[in-house]
Amino acid sequence: MQASVSSLSISHPNSTFPSNISLCGLRQEALRIHSVSQLNKRESRRIRIVSRKSCLQKRLVSVSASASENCGPPKSFDYDLVIIGAGVGGHGAALHAVEKGLKTAIVEGDVVGGTCVNRGCVPSKALLAVSGRMRELQNEHHMKALGLQVAAAGYDRQAVADHANNLASKIRNNLTNSMRSLGVDILTGFGTILGPQKVKYGKVGFPNNVITAKDIIIATGSVPFVPRGIEVDGKTVITSDHALKLEVVPDWIAIVGSGYIGLEFSDVYTALGSEVTFIEALDLLMPGFDPEIGKLAQRVLINPRKIDYHTGVFATKITPAKDGKPVIIELTDAKTKEPKDTLEVDAALIATGRAPFTKGLGLENINVETQRGFVPVDERMRVIDANGNLVPHLYCIGDANGKMMLAHAASAQGISVVEQVTGRDHVLNHLSIPAACFTHPEISMVGLTEPQAKEKAEKEGFEISIAKTSFKANTKALAENEGEGLAKLIYRPDSGEILGVHIFGMHAADLIHEASNAIALGTRVQDIKFAVHAHPTLSEVLDELFKSAKINASVTEPVGEPVAV
Amino acid sequence: MSHLLQTTFVPATSPSLRRPLTRTTHYPTRALHIQSKIREIFMPALSSTMTEGKIVSWIKSEGEKLSKGDSVVVVESDKADMDVESFYDGYLAAIMVDEGLSAPVGAPIALLAESEEEIAAALAQISSSSSAAPAPDPAPAPATAPDSSTSNDGPGAITGVSSASVSENFSSRSSVANGAMGSSVHPASEGGKRVVASPYAKKLAKEFGLDLRGLVGSGPNGRVVAKDVEAAVAAAAAAKVSASGAALASEITKPSGGGTAVDLGSVVPFTTMQNAVSRNMVESLSVPTFRVGYTITTDALDALYKKIKSKGVTMTAMLAKATALALVKHPIVNSSCRDGKSFTHNSNINIAVAVAIDGGLITPVLQDADKIDIYSLSRKWKELVDKARAKQLQPHEYNTGTFTLSNLGMFGVDRFDAILPPGTGAIMAVGASQPTLVGTKDGRIGLKNQMQVNVTADHRVIYGADLAAFLQTLAKIIEDPKDLTL
Repeated sequence: MQASVSSLSISHPNSTFPSNISLCGLRQEALRIHSVSQLNKRESRRIRIVSRKSCLQKRLVSVSASASENCGPPKSFDYDLVIIGAGVGGHGAALHAVEKGLKTAIVEGDVVGGTCVNRGCVPSKALLAVSGRMRELQNEHHMKALGLQVAAAGYDRQAVADHANNLASKIRNNLTNSMRSLGVDILTGFGTILGPQKVKYGKVGFPNNVITAKDIIIATGSVPFVPRGIEVDGKTVITSDHALKLEVVPDWIAIVGSGYIGLEFSDVYTALGSEVTFIEALDLLMPGFDPEIGKLAQRVLINPRKIDYHTGVFATKITPAKDGKPVIIELTDAKTKEPKDTLEVDAALIATGRAPFTKGLGLENINVETQRGFVPVDERMRVIDANGNLVPHLYCIGDANGKMMLAHAASAQGISVVEQVTGRDHVLNHLSIPAACFTHPEISMVGLTEPQAKEKAEKEGFEISIAKTSFKANTKALAENEGEGLAKLIYRPDSGEILGVHIFGMHAADLIHEASNAIALGTRVQDIKFAVHAHPTLSEVLDELFKSAKINASVTEPVGEPVAV
Repeated sequence: MSHLLQTTFVPATSPSLRRPLTRTTHYPTRALHIQSKIREIFMPALSSTMTEGKIVSWIKSEGEKLSKGDSVVVVESDKADMDVESFYDGYLAAIMVDEGLSAPVGAPIALLAESEEEIAAALAQISSSSSAAPAPDPAPAPATAPDSSTSNDGPGAITGVSSASVSENFSSRSSVANGAMGSSVHPASEGGKRVVASPYAKKLAKEFGLDLRGLVGSGPNGRVVAKDVEAAVAAAAAAKVSASGAALASEITKPSGGGTAVDLGSVVPFTTMQNAVSRNMVESLSVPTFRVGYTITTDALDALYKKIKSKGVTMTAMLAKATALALVKHPIVNSSCRDGKSFTHNSNINIAVAVAIDGGLITPVLQDADKIDIYSLSRKWKELVDKARAKQLQPHEYNTGTFTLSNLGMFGVDRFDAILPPGTGAIMAVGASQPTLVGTKDGRIGLKNQMQVNVTADHRVIYGADLAAFLQTLAKIIEDPKDLTL
């Protein structure tokens, strides 16, 4: 696809995943309802893993060099923290800042919730919930095996679209209310950085307001990336922004890019009756995934469905349908650069990754140059200027920095920044951030893929081992008649360190967190294998996975001593 | 209809494939075949739904020594990757299917020589096997002979099913071989040279072994969609039934006359093909057909036949030629309606002739019957019949018909009517030519050889007057057959 190549080329090397998938909506709701207990828990957990600095007051010495001048005699700021962009990253940072006692404002030029809530993970989950049920109801064989009889299943396109739209507005309201009730000022308009610690905002045609803040977080997110030569008309040649409105269900849609976004949409469209053609620039479909998982996923998600594909080709020119002509896609060989084929389809969805939305931010005022649109940052999300120096009091989180284009990664980065500005050094371990693709069945992963782990092992001179378990052996999965699936663990047999976990199967997206928590907390295989899982649950797939891992005998047994109660 | 067909589909492989030997007790399946001391390694059936396998990698290289039980090759099926082990000691003489390529289940993928000296012989065999027909299958290897458990899903089942899959696959569609198609050609298909088909249509066509190049699509801009493929497969099955109950073409097999043993009182589930036929028969009810009959005097034709029979001309070829010449003057009868909204003027006149073969029926197609002279046409027909008997007809040789002929005259049947194969415009049922007492216009009574023909046509596109005019032309041609030998 164009997707992988372009998304890789425009994003930070660490970011393998074009965003669009997360549990953000649900998590924020949970936060709103149980905010106190939830946050306390999170904090206590964090305390264990980060070194806690002595001073915990509100204004604290920041790690940046020039901090001393601000920390001296109180210089007056309008806010302690201003966040530009009220997406999931900005929202997560704002909530945590309030909890830390910071006076916080958030600037939003569009709608609260950003891509995830309005044009990404949230509405797509609504569509996928529908497609999952449709798929189940249409699977006569599956239904019969369960003893169920269902008459022909149908759907009402507008009602499905409304469901997605209603969900987005519901989550958006929840987000807005959660910030209002905590006292976060929501400032409307596009934010621009005027200089150090100074932001102006305002709607076009209205007088600008200028505010000062001790610290500023850029969280402006991303927009769908459309490669050159592709003409998007919003009707027949569309991006995920349009597709989520589900204005049409075309008979035949080409999806350019077979990453997360493309895969999820192929799941939706085929369940609703479309036929799909994937166009992928690399030689393999689903290039971001662990190859073994990708291969299995292709057997289940692509081959038996009404999907075909062209790999190793670029869609160099896409012309929208007009005057009775179909959408015309010109394919060019990715290697020889010679024209290869022409497709005529009813619609084309461009899912070639996402590009950062950082124009008009006023970065030139503080001598910051974007790299292919991304704001350069260090591992603590501190913005780096054109000379390679840190810009004091300025941070950038989420898709705009391109480290890992996932909603929950943005939120975690925001929380990490708030931790730093309130005096606690914190570095987020991106290898512990899970990712999920909500197809049916789902795909999820955390940490390294097998090739990545092999490369690392070779470079650093250690061994890796692989353990695998199948959903076919899981009682709950079999009860649901969903035995198709695989969980895979990549670990170090010498130390028991978990390097990566990949799951393909029913509810994989919910199952991955045991592994991601283990990586985040540094739990080793030899420890976690003693954890108990309720029977019969899908979580036993991971239980079995950890138990099947073989750790060298020399490694010491559980670190924590068991305590009798 | 696809569901049932999908599950039991077996590729239309040539029946000349010798039965490979598989064993499920020792997974992965091994498939080896004895041919003197050079054995062929076949693509094994790794699952009941596997139709072809892709070679992921060759573990052994050419010339390498193998011991029984060694993994030789990794094969990817629709379900999994599996190692395939050697069943014998020997040397991997030649790899016939390279890594990354696919082969149908049962096709040879490599040769195994018993000794190093025989490697050269094996290589020679490869170069000759492309031209020469393979030798008959010798006795199965003793090690695998007792195992019959795989006969249902192993490649051995191919031989039994191939006739069914062949006849499933044919359809009566217009040929695209000569470029420009009819009026509903896809604008971007470059005059029919390029197939524009939806992903599912392609998948189905692959499953049924159907050549999409012959199909006219009913989708937007003439795109071939799934229902076109299903209809084409249906048309094939319908054509079978339309003339079933017996068939013409004593050239191939004498009907068995119910000689096969039948378990009386038993309920027999439909086979895949019968299922398809059943559905197609029901589907044919959605096409409004009508019939027009005509009595044609064949004295002149019979006389001509006697004259040129020695030159190898067959009656079938003469009838096909006469029909094609009549169709030239009445192109509407050679058209087809697919979606009920438009119809296609087929650019070629391809006469499909129903022929009974062992366990079914097939319609070899005489392409461009209007343009080819009667002698060539007769030779072509002979060739098609030979191929059909050997079950070696290529898809374009049985699925490109635009008009079908069905002849039961050789059984003494004097009149019958045929069911229209979906996707074609008309089919003609031909009865026996027999001496008939006829009164002529000048008031005399005479004895003439006459035959009755009865055309079934799709009334959405072909009307009564069209058929009447066509039959009148046909009668003129047959009654004055000088044009046939031009």
